[in-house]
Amino acid sequence: MTKTKLRFMPKEGSFIEAFKYHDLLSQLVSRDLKLKYRRSFLGYLWSILNPLLVMTVMTIVFSTMFGRNLPNFPIYLLCGRIIFEFINTSTGKALGSITDNAVLLKKTYVSKFMFPLAKVTSSMIDFVFSMGALIIVMAFLSIIRGECLFSFYNLLFPLVVIQVYLFSLGLGFLLAELHVFFRDIRYIYNAITVAWLYLSAIFYDANMLKAVPWVQFVVEKINPAYIYIKQFRDIIWMGRNGLEFVYNTRIFAQYFLVGTAYALAMLAIGIFFFRRKQDKFILYI
Amino acid sequence: MFGFVRDIPAKNKKSKYIVDLDNVTVRFNKASENVDNLKEYFVKMIHHELMFQEFLALQDITLKIKPGEAWGFVGTNGAGKSTLLKVISKILKPYKGTVSVNGTIASLIELGAGIDPQLTARENIFLNGTILGYSKKFIESKFDDIVSFSELDEFLDSPVKNFSSGMKTRLSFSIATVMEPEILIVDEILAVGDALFRKKCMDRMNHMLSGGTTLLLVSHNISDIQRLCTKAMWINRGKTVMTGEVSEVCTAYQENIAALKEKERIEREKKKQLDAGKKAQ
Repeated sequence: MTKTKLRFMPKEGSFIEAFKYHDLLSQLVSRDLKLKYRRSFLGYLWSILNPLLVMTVMTIVFSTMFGRNLPNFPIYLLCGRIIFEFINTSTGKALGSITDNAVLLKKTYVSKFMFPLAKVTSSMIDFVFSMGALIIVMAFLSIIRGECLFSFYNLLFPLVVIQVYLFSLGLGFLLAELHVFFRDIRYIYNAITVAWLYLSAIFYDANMLKAVPWVQFVVEKINPAYIYIKQFRDIIWMGRNGLEFVYNTRIFAQYFLVGTAYALAMLAIGIFFFRRKQDKFILYI
Repeated sequence: MFGFVRDIPAKNKKSKYIVDLDNVTVRFNKASENVDNLKEYFVKMIHHELMFQEFLALQDITLKIKPGEAWGFVGTNGAGKSTLLKVISKILKPYKGTVSVNGTIASLIELGAGIDPQLTARENIFLNGTILGYSKKFIESKFDDIVSFSELDEFLDSPVKNFSSGMKTRLSFSIATVMEPEILIVDEILAVGDALFRKKCMDRMNHMLSGGTTLLLVSHNISDIQRLCTKAMWINRGKTVMTGEVSEVCTAYQENIAALKEKERIEREKKKQLDAGKKAQ
């Protein structure tokens, strides 16, 4: 063997190494999706029905309270809810992904980044399915209102999905790592997400908080979930007002940049801590 | 983080050994109470009770294996044999020392680790195969081989949770050995399965060995080790007792076991005599 060949050799344990296992990623994701939908009678429809049902209930409850100044309140609500649900389920599942695969990790060497990555990715696919609910509601409201609520701007939604995906990935790595060492992180995180849900202006207008400026500041400027929800609403809920959207482009761009910065920072933090501690996982799972 | 590395030609000094362990030490925390939640962690931290009780599962193990050799590892339960194999297959990182492995590994440490009971055999072949690092394309090309070797054609589309343990072992053995690895790590797995399949496994392993695969075998069955291996290492309480030709090490090990048994027998008899003496009084 005199011929030397160049080969892609990512460093063992690095994040890049996870890409070597891309076939495993697709297997893990398809396993998650199959197991979720295989034995339910309505199959993939559940992803659409669940947000629809929740939205109906929330619309009935909140539209009289908060929805007066918000046109097409069901769309406003659904936009916020499915984005938050994406963050919530993906990070919640990523949290237990290392400890749940303890048996496997004790017996074979696999890039450990794979497991949170697979959970967040399968949640993203769930999210895309649940956008079916959004289409149904928008079509339904278009018929009732007699005006088309769809617009070409709606097609910009992947811009938001990418940010949320990267953000959730970073947070997922961090939570998965913490969960290995401290099992009560799950309960603490559950409590945090409840508070987070209420602070993300999902069923109310963030402007209603202006009586308490610092709360409004936290919700609108600090809370990453709101930053993503706001962009998603601009694209889906406001999108139909094409001119208004163009007028608001500068604000949208600001949110986009801040959101992307958040996502990348979270990802960097997640990878950094996960990578530093991953060799110790095996001693604690 | 990553880079393009030139494959080193076989003549190079570095690749003389396919497995090269240098003074490897593996450390565990033996603390009686495992602190695994934040509440306890803070409580213990305030009371200064966060303890680390060191337990060295392996101590200063040096092992150099040349390509094509077959190594057997012997020792009593808890001696550190499986820990050593885990270090070689990169599952455990050593606390001290260096490990370098220059070849593809197929490790048969407790078969069935990557099997998901909810999925069908067909889906598991792909899942388990990708866990072992095969590409999807490779698995597709070897799919028929895997199925025919495992003799599970009829049950391809039934969930693995309905399989017997023998069937599961057959499935995972077939997946793990479809690729001809440069290093085959086997940890006491051939206990399951009927005589016929056991023979098939042995044949496949022998075929690999004749093809130049390096074998690392842990077994309590000394005759298996003597039949398959050329070299052996005897480990006791994490330390190397003896390394060398398989016959020498196995003889010494068996003599030691026999001596221990004899010692135990004598002690038991002494005790019996004492008891009898007490009763007589």
